[in-house]
Amino acid sequence: MPYIPHSDEDVSRILKTLKHKSVEDMLGVFPEEFRIKGGNAPFGNLKLPKGLSEQELSALMSELSSKNTRFGEYASFLGAGAYNHYIPAVVRALTSRSEFYTSYTPYQPEVSQGTLQAIFEYQTLVCQLTAMDVANASLYDGGSSAAEAVLMARRITGKNKVILSAALHPEYRETVKTYLKATGGDISEVGEALYCTEEGTTLPEAVEAVCGDEPACLVVQHPNFFGCLEDVSALAAFIHKKKGLLIVVVNEAVSLGLLKPPGELGADIAVGEMQSFGNALNFGGPYLGFMAVKSSFVRQMPGRLIGATVDKSGNRAFCLTFATREQHIRRERATSNICTNHGLCALAAAIHMVSLGAAGLKDTAVLNLSKANYLKEKLAKIKRVLPSSGVSIAFNAPTFNEFTIKIAGDVDKTLRSLLGHRVIGGLALKRFYPALDKHLLVAVTEMNTREELDGFAGHLAL
Amino acid sequence: MEFPKDLKYTKEHEWVRLDGTIATVGITDYAQDSLGDVVYVELPPEGGAVTKNEPFGVVESVKAVSDLYSPVSGSVAEVNDAIVDSPEAINEDPYGDAWMIKVEISGKGDLSDLMTAEDYQKFIEEEK
Amino acid sequence: MSLGAKKGAYMDEPLIFERSSKGRNGVEPAALDVPGVVPSKVIPKGLLRDGLDGFPDVAEIDVVRHYTRLSQWNFGVDTGFYPLGSCTMKYNPKINEEAASLPGFAKLHPYAPAEFTQGALRLMYELEGYLAEISGMDAVTLQPSAGAHGELCGLLMMSAYFRDKGRPRNKIIIPDTAHGTNPASSALAGFTVVPVKSEGKGLLMPEAVATVMDEDTAAVMLTNPNTLGLFERNIKEIAETVHRKGGLVYCDGANMNAVMGIMKLGAMGVDCVQFNLHKTFSTPHGGGGPGSGPVGVKKPLAPFLPMPRAAKDGDKYSLVSTSPKSIGRMKSFYGNFSIMVRAYAYIRRLGAEGIKKAAVTAILNANYIKEKLKGDYHLPYDTFCMHECVFSDKFQSESGVSTMDIAKRLIDYGFHPPTVYFPLVVRGALMIEPTETETLTTLDEFIEVMKKIAEEARTNPQFLKDSPTTTKVGRVDETRAAREPVLRWRENGREP
Repeated sequence: MPYIPHSDEDVSRILKTLKHKSVEDMLGVFPEEFRIKGGNAPFGNLKLPKGLSEQELSALMSELSSKNTRFGEYASFLGAGAYNHYIPAVVRALTSRSEFYTSYTPYQPEVSQGTLQAIFEYQTLVCQLTAMDVANASLYDGGSSAAEAVLMARRITGKNKVILSAALHPEYRETVKTYLKATGGDISEVGEALYCTEEGTTLPEAVEAVCGDEPACLVVQHPNFFGCLEDVSALAAFIHKKKGLLIVVVNEAVSLGLLKPPGELGADIAVGEMQSFGNALNFGGPYLGFMAVKSSFVRQMPGRLIGATVDKSGNRAFCLTFATREQHIRRERATSNICTNHGLCALAAAIHMVSLGAAGLKDTAVLNLSKANYLKEKLAKIKRVLPSSGVSIAFNAPTFNEFTIKIAGDVDKTLRSLLGHRVIGGLALKRFYPALDKHLLVAVTEMNTREELDGFAGHLAL
Repeated sequence: MEFPKDLKYTKEHEWVRLDGTIATVGITDYAQDSLGDVVYVELPPEGGAVTKNEPFGVVESVKAVSDLYSPVSGSVAEVNDAIVDSPEAINEDPYGDAWMIKVEISGKGDLSDLMTAEDYQKFIEEEK
Repeated sequence: MSLGAKKGAYMDEPLIFERSSKGRNGVEPAALDVPGVVPSKVIPKGLLRDGLDGFPDVAEIDVVRHYTRLSQWNFGVDTGFYPLGSCTMKYNPKINEEAASLPGFAKLHPYAPAEFTQGALRLMYELEGYLAEISGMDAVTLQPSAGAHGELCGLLMMSAYFRDKGRPRNKIIIPDTAHGTNPASSALAGFTVVPVKSEGKGLLMPEAVATVMDEDTAAVMLTNPNTLGLFERNIKEIAETVHRKGGLVYCDGANMNAVMGIMKLGAMGVDCVQFNLHKTFSTPHGGGGPGSGPVGVKKPLAPFLPMPRAAKDGDKYSLVSTSPKSIGRMKSFYGNFSIMVRAYAYIRRLGAEGIKKAAVTAILNANYIKEKLKGDYHLPYDTFCMHECVFSDKFQSESGVSTMDIAKRLIDYGFHPPTVYFPLVVRGALMIEPTETETLTTLDEFIEVMKKIAEEARTNPQFLKDSPTTTKVGRVDETRAAREPVLRWRENGREP
């Protein structure tokens, strides 16, 4: 039997020690009414497919995989929180070291120094990237990290009211609402006033309209879901005046190679998605939720923290610390229920970041900006020939590697026609914003060649 | 393990000493020993109110966290900030330098329901 | 960095930041094939960052050696026996890793059109079915990212279920043996925790539940087998007690490795259970995740499952989000897909027969260790155990040796320590879970070493207190880490 190495003699020896005549005899300890009936006793009573040899399994998995379209076969302009970046070969080579991936959470520091030091370095990289004081060892993903940030802001401020920008990823907003539903969700969304403006950004006036006197926090994404750069400093000034916290969500971490980091824009808590570093698209997961905060908030932080210390001989060593915040000690009063996090994803992100270095990261960001800008300008120049043709850039705000276009024709038809040319033309926004029914969210990364950009613009011009 | 005779004790392992209307509160030698190395303590602000048998703060070791229960009701007259910065004092001198708060008690300050050193010693023997 | 002698395989390796040398090239990005943009021409200067202080500049070979060396300071399942109770550290099959990295899975965008994701959706749809069959539940969501996330999802569904009935309930009964995540998840879902004690034999008794069960209580949340490794044989009676008052039964599925294929939780009256794919279904732990925590429910809870879910219509697969009573979503996208791929591969490889054999063998192995060691270590519950057994340091404490000392000494013998000091109801607990993937030779070696350590505890306790001595670092000063926190490296900062 695969992965179960005992011979019949081994099993007999164990049964003898246990003073049982047979496996069936041993299983007799369980109440008959719970036992799975039928099938060929003693094994095989579940209605599952018959086991496969490794070779058969390999063939099956290849077949399933091949039913999915690969990025290489189509030019894809999909982003929206999941970005197709080049992952250096060292990332996979090193995260595939099974000492990393087959170990558990580093509860025994003497045999986990590899994971502990690597994640300590990751925490440092996240702090540097975001210009915040303290980062945790990871959360699940962008959506749940936003939810954890909101809960944390409520604990810190002792207030309930949560304001979400409508330009926060719609799935993150849904996640926040799910988390808050049972504990009384006092949530306001900065709505239409935002995306109906020409800027495509979260306006302080719109926040003010829903804010009330007692906001716990304002959550704003930067660059936002439409790709637009927010005026984060102005929003920070506004919410701080109301004694609420500013939570800045970043879901395209490559942007931090160029953009002013949340810590310099007035963020109290920075969270989001770091899939862009080192983590493959994987049909949506596992990705990498990050969280970085001001140092005064560290005891209210969810998730694991790794600290530097010494061993008994005074050598540098690392271990989990501030564990009293966590569920295994504080139980129902813990800062979060999170236990298993996304450690290996954090390791991948760290390896990717250090492989690039500061200069490489900036170059990558410039590469993304340049390519996106190239396409944006090309699309903006498409002339409107017929009433059903033509493209315009939907919002005026500056963008990084993602932007929203408005097309004159039918969005679904356009996307289908592009597919015919082997182009996945971005995300139709009406899925999340019914009023934006002519809008496409277009992401461009270093993976999109000039030929693809020209092709996309060319097909849209037709 | 020491249990000074001039103090009164709670079942939650706090001690209290009454001088006039001021009650000084800390945790016992047994409490610090069970907790292990204390790494963090959270105390109420001066002027804040505390209520008898209600939590007034938190003390933490690396792997445990424990509420601090007030043996008296009143308002906090003084907080020992030194132990916030150096919580190791709680392990080193729980009845001396590591007192936690001084409370200006409200009412009569009747401590008769608390344990004497002798009773407390018996109590922890049973608890083990 | 000092150039002193190295310690063989445990080579000294500084922090990556300390390896930095300004301007050194790592992996350079691709060349521009479009006109380069000057950022300040398209983005206002006030929105651009000045620099990125502290980011290391290291060569590719530095990166490779750095992480390779770090990896050597780690102990994984591939390194040796890892009997960490409650964590099911079974072998992580290599074919699963290969499958997960296939480009059709790894490079698939979550918003790719459905006609291009049929293989992935079929896999998800079938995996939901397999998990439902294994647990005896009616419907499954694959969305939660980990066990605790699954617990939260289940509890939120229960909360929604009672609100939908027009009679919200605000309490959850949790036994004292529970994982810490259970009360933490309950609090997060807005419930008050009502603790209940297990009785003398380590089991939860229906009478104990009955005394606290009322019509404000949403559910009892138990683990079966429980964290003492014992089968809660009264579970059906407990479930009936709870159901009579309109409540529900949540089972923490962390210990499903002991029951799969033998019994179905659904037959025991369980209404909701989370699966830990990274425990029971052989996906790796990754040094602390990513895991995956699907949740199975009985019919009454099904309308509340998070969205979207995989659906099948004829031979076409899709994602559907149409359920008005759904609790919403637990995260962005659909769950930890690449973990699902691994679990799917595991179930297909084992089939019905293998799944059951895995559970049976896990039980055989745990009982074998228990029988062999019970003279040498105190066994607080001397009874038939499931996939794990719990000892204590009672015998050893007479010579001043603690569970921690035993755990650290095991490291010197090449074994990972068991789970220590959990469950809380056993003082000085040592919780051993061998899993089914170990050979009898390994089990015998472990038993022999444990006996030797018991002997050392009698004859040379100091030896244990000084351990481990064969690792990169000796015992770590966790007190200092908490008293003088250094949570990141800083240039010119205090030496961590």
